Amino acid sequence: MKNIPLAALIGLFFTGLYFLAAILAPLLAPYGMAQIVGDVWEPSSSRHWLGTDSIGRDLLSRMIYGGRTTIFIATAATLLSFFTGSVLGLIAAVIGGWVDQLLSRFIDLIMSIPTLIFALVVLSVMPVTIPILILVMGLLDSTRVFRLARAVAVDINVMDFVEAAKLRGEGRIWVIFREILPNALSPLVAEMGLRFIFAVLFVSTLSFLGLGVQPPQADWGGIVKENKDGIVYGIPAALIPAVAIATLAISVNLVADWVLNRTTSLKGGRG
Amino acid sequence: MLPVVKLVAQRIALGVLLLFATSILIFVGTLILPGDVAQAILGQSATPQSLANLREEMGLNDPAWLRYFQWLGGVLQGDLGTSLSNGRDIATQIGARLGNTLFLAFWAAIVAVPLAIFLGLLAVRYRDRWPDKLISGFTLASISLPEFFLGYVLIFFFAVKWRWFPSVATIYDSMSFGQKLDAIVLPAAVLTLVILAHMMRMTRAAILNVMQSAYIETAELKGLTTFDVIRKHAFPNAIAPIVNVVMLNLAYLVVGVVVVEVVFVYPGMGQYLVDHVSKRDVPVVQACGLIFAAVYIGLNMTADIVSILANPRLRHPK
Amino acid sequence: MSDDTFLRVRDLKIGATAYPPGEPPKWIEIVHGVSFDLEKGKVLGLIGESGAGKSTIGLAALGYGRGGVDISGGEVWVNGRNILASGMRDLRRLRGAEVTYVSQSAAASFNPAKKLMEQVIEASVRHGRFSKSKAEKRAVELFAKLGLPDPETIGNRYPHQVSGGQLQRVMTAMALCPQPDLVVFDEPTTALDVTTQIDVLKAIKEAIADTGVAAIYITHDLAVVAQVADDIMVLRMGEKVEYGTTDQIINAPQEDYTRALVSVRSIRHEEKHPTDEPVLSVQNITARYRGTSFDVLHDVSVDVYPGQTLAVVGESGSGKSTLARVITGLLPPRDGQIEFTGRTLSPALEGRTREDLRELQMIYQMADVAMNPRHTVGTIIGRPLEFYFGLKGAAKKKRIKELLDEIEMGEGFLDRYPAELSGGQKQRVCIARALAAKPKLIICDEVTSALDPLVADGILKLLLNLQKSENVAYLFITHDIATVRAIADSIAVMYQGRVQRYGVKSTVLAPPFDDYTDLLLSSVPEMELGWLEEVVEHRRMTSAGN
Repeated sequence: MKNIPLAALIGLFFTGLYFLAAILAPLLAPYGMAQIVGDVWEPSSSRHWLGTDSIGRDLLSRMIYGGRTTIFIATAATLLSFFTGSVLGLIAAVIGGWVDQLLSRFIDLIMSIPTLIFALVVLSVMPVTIPILILVMGLLDSTRVFRLARAVAVDINVMDFVEAAKLRGEGRIWVIFREILPNALSPLVAEMGLRFIFAVLFVSTLSFLGLGVQPPQADWGGIVKENKDGIVYGIPAALIPAVAIATLAISVNLVADWVLNRTTSLKGGRG
Repeated sequence: MLPVVKLVAQRIALGVLLLFATSILIFVGTLILPGDVAQAILGQSATPQSLANLREEMGLNDPAWLRYFQWLGGVLQGDLGTSLSNGRDIATQIGARLGNTLFLAFWAAIVAVPLAIFLGLLAVRYRDRWPDKLISGFTLASISLPEFFLGYVLIFFFAVKWRWFPSVATIYDSMSFGQKLDAIVLPAAVLTLVILAHMMRMTRAAILNVMQSAYIETAELKGLTTFDVIRKHAFPNAIAPIVNVVMLNLAYLVVGVVVVEVVFVYPGMGQYLVDHVSKRDVPVVQACGLIFAAVYIGLNMTADIVSILANPRLRHPK
Repeated sequence: MSDDTFLRVRDLKIGATAYPPGEPPKWIEIVHGVSFDLEKGKVLGLIGESGAGKSTIGLAALGYGRGGVDISGGEVWVNGRNILASGMRDLRRLRGAEVTYVSQSAAASFNPAKKLMEQVIEASVRHGRFSKSKAEKRAVELFAKLGLPDPETIGNRYPHQVSGGQLQRVMTAMALCPQPDLVVFDEPTTALDVTTQIDVLKAIKEAIADTGVAAIYITHDLAVVAQVADDIMVLRMGEKVEYGTTDQIINAPQEDYTRALVSVRSIRHEEKHPTDEPVLSVQNITARYRGTSFDVLHDVSVDVYPGQTLAVVGESGSGKSTLARVITGLLPPRDGQIEFTGRTLSPALEGRTREDLRELQMIYQMADVAMNPRHTVGTIIGRPLEFYFGLKGAAKKKRIKELLDEIEMGEGFLDRYPAELSGGQKQRVCIARALAAKPKLIICDEVTSALDPLVADGILKLLLNLQKSENVAYLFITHDIATVRAIADSIAVMYQGRVQRYGVKSTVLAPPFDDYTDLLLSSVPEMELGWLEEVVEHRRMTSAGN
């Protein structure tokens, strides 16, 4: 772990910081999530480090609780998309034939509609609750994980060492978990970082459009929506969660880049 | 010439097929709810009588497949149905808004496409030196920023602090062309920034891929000038991947436009869609969803067709 | 130095900057001070194994460094000018006019979007050597001289419309068109089949003689360079090993390394005759790939005897690798059957018993993709022991060590990953993995063709020794006749999916030949001067006789 480049260290630090704040939110937040403690849009002061929001709640506390919601939803959706996508992708690649055709064509179909548009169509009839959000985001995004997992696994599946294992008489379980998975892991892990960023951006966008997390529950996209009217009066409260989203996304990106570079240099040669 | 024609025809047929499948998917997507549309519109407190009335009015008692074909038949004749929330014809409402959205997207593309190609070339020319690094840093930042963040930052500085441009991009028919352009400067700038990074990165990759080919080395070993190497040997082979990149990013623009229209309160398709999602106005959502998907599928199809047409192996078969 | 010397290379040093992860960039020298002269009309052969720096030196004659390579020291004098001291403008005037280049892969070196003629005359016109019409006329003459079909019209085709061997000749025409003083040929025949190679080689040799240009001919194959070069420089790891006339290098090498290169494939193997029962009997196999409508194998029958080697030889597309896929069960045949140790094998892999699989092992051409890069050598060799014999713990480890000893590597390699091994070591580990199953037959698919000649020699010797000690049979698939001569007991010559000739080695390799076998055998370059002319003469006589 000695040779971590500076960029990755910075990324790791901020990613860790945000996750820690999310987990310890009730301990860290100076005020309650929905507690009205001051005037509308108070500037930053020693009592309210980030000032107050559109109805006089402490913005720092909202930010910490909002981060908790956003990060929780994004993490859950990422895990869901990752699990579904990679399992189906590996299965399609190894089994091949009509199973692969059926899965791949179906995924092609879903991906022929932009994700946001499809999510809006579905959310227009579904009750917008956190589990539904996680489900919709996770399943829609699993299409991308599926494509990557399948492409990587198909490449590995035709390599001579996999053929050698099949000629040895190894079963499918061994081939998937001992031959293919160890070689597919690094691109998949790096992709996981990108999927997480996408999930953060996605849930924030939905909340910003008023179709994600519902008030009074705080989340970063929702805080932007609540405070956006302040912008025209020169009150930057809406920019604060946006900065948080951007720094979290950049940090995770730096870590993912590093993971990808580190593992590709390890692989060596073809593949 | 035959194989090319055949492949292009196949790709177009696939596009049409995909569009039909998409329409089914969008229709089915609005069926998977607990309860039904009537319940969703009227809420939990609705009386059974009012629910039954609404169901009757919307034809919800018919089987789903029948309703699908009725809907599709209408769409094919240009009838997108009527809005539940205000009872007006969807097609006429969408007409003007679609024009506005295309107007915005067009100007964003006019700026973004040449700029991205130019910056992509610059990144290749100064590969691994500071201009390249700067561009890839910008790319990283840009894919990490939500569209609405860019929007509000631009509003905060250019509209509120410095008062150069309006913060709200309202346009209406009686505005002159110049006034319209002035109104959309900020949203178009946001859209440009959103797709610029992707397009630049992909252009860079496409050109680098060509520049690393053995035939570029052959051209250099013929003693051609750098300009001639690029003009005669790199460009003819890079044009197809670049057009491909442009098409894919224009498809991406379709999504960006939804959020940007909401930020700038721009009277386009995106705003219209989002408004009616919260109103649970299913026919409007279906119609907008189908139009967005059609544009997206069309652009992806164009990208593929360009690749087919540009392939010398297919254009000049053995 | 005579007045005719127009290329003079002195103390040439070439290197590249490497960027090891986590460390500061460092300079790595690839060529360490090489000097030579070349007179007008002469051909210098540069020979060496991969990593010898031969292509790098060849490109330095055009003042060019491929990839991140930089020329860091020395002098390259062309026609009295030190091109390393001149600027980019002067270099451009030199490239494509005074010095031209023919690469190994002509298929990749032509711009796919432009017609051949446009590319062939580009340098001549660009440098003002000839007018467009003159250059085109000259190109057509060169096409004819190089034996290309339809010399008048072939220039109107696109690169993908012409075969690989023809493209290589078009590229030679492209290099000769501007009437240069020097042409650098960089492995121009390596990617070609052996029967195609001879035509290209002959065309190049005659074109050099007719036009009177000087040439640098780069190759790893001493027998090839012996046919075309006047002088030869043997290179190893960026350093000159030996430099002399072709006659001296071939017939009286001074250095051990050169002697090893000359005597490579000198393995003497007494052929064994078929004994009692064959271990493998392939009977009337016809096969095609799924989704295609033509057979790649037609009625193929061969036998392999215990402890013996059957070499299956043929060019690309002959069906030899398909035969291996049929025998292993990866491609069930349309017709015919396979008997193995007296029992009939199930046509598909799924139907075979674990015992069938154990007794029939396979070794691949590309050792680096035949091993899982995430497994250690210990795991790779240990898995068949565990899988077939249930060996665990100390017993398994003991057996792995024995196997490592058998392949002359030792237990120090136990915890290494494939990426940490050399090419030869990787192939040895693959051999050990096959041996671990205690097989009766090993299918060897081009196992030496990706290796340098000396390393390949070591692998062949190892295989022969193991055959003696383990009494294992080999089905050895190769395109290389020299390898066949070295190790086979019987030979099957394959051509277009059929067995063209089959029998014990001494019969197959002795006349009377069928036409194809004659062509194939006579196309293999031999390490003697004047061989090319003899073959060409022989062919002219036979075709005149017909």
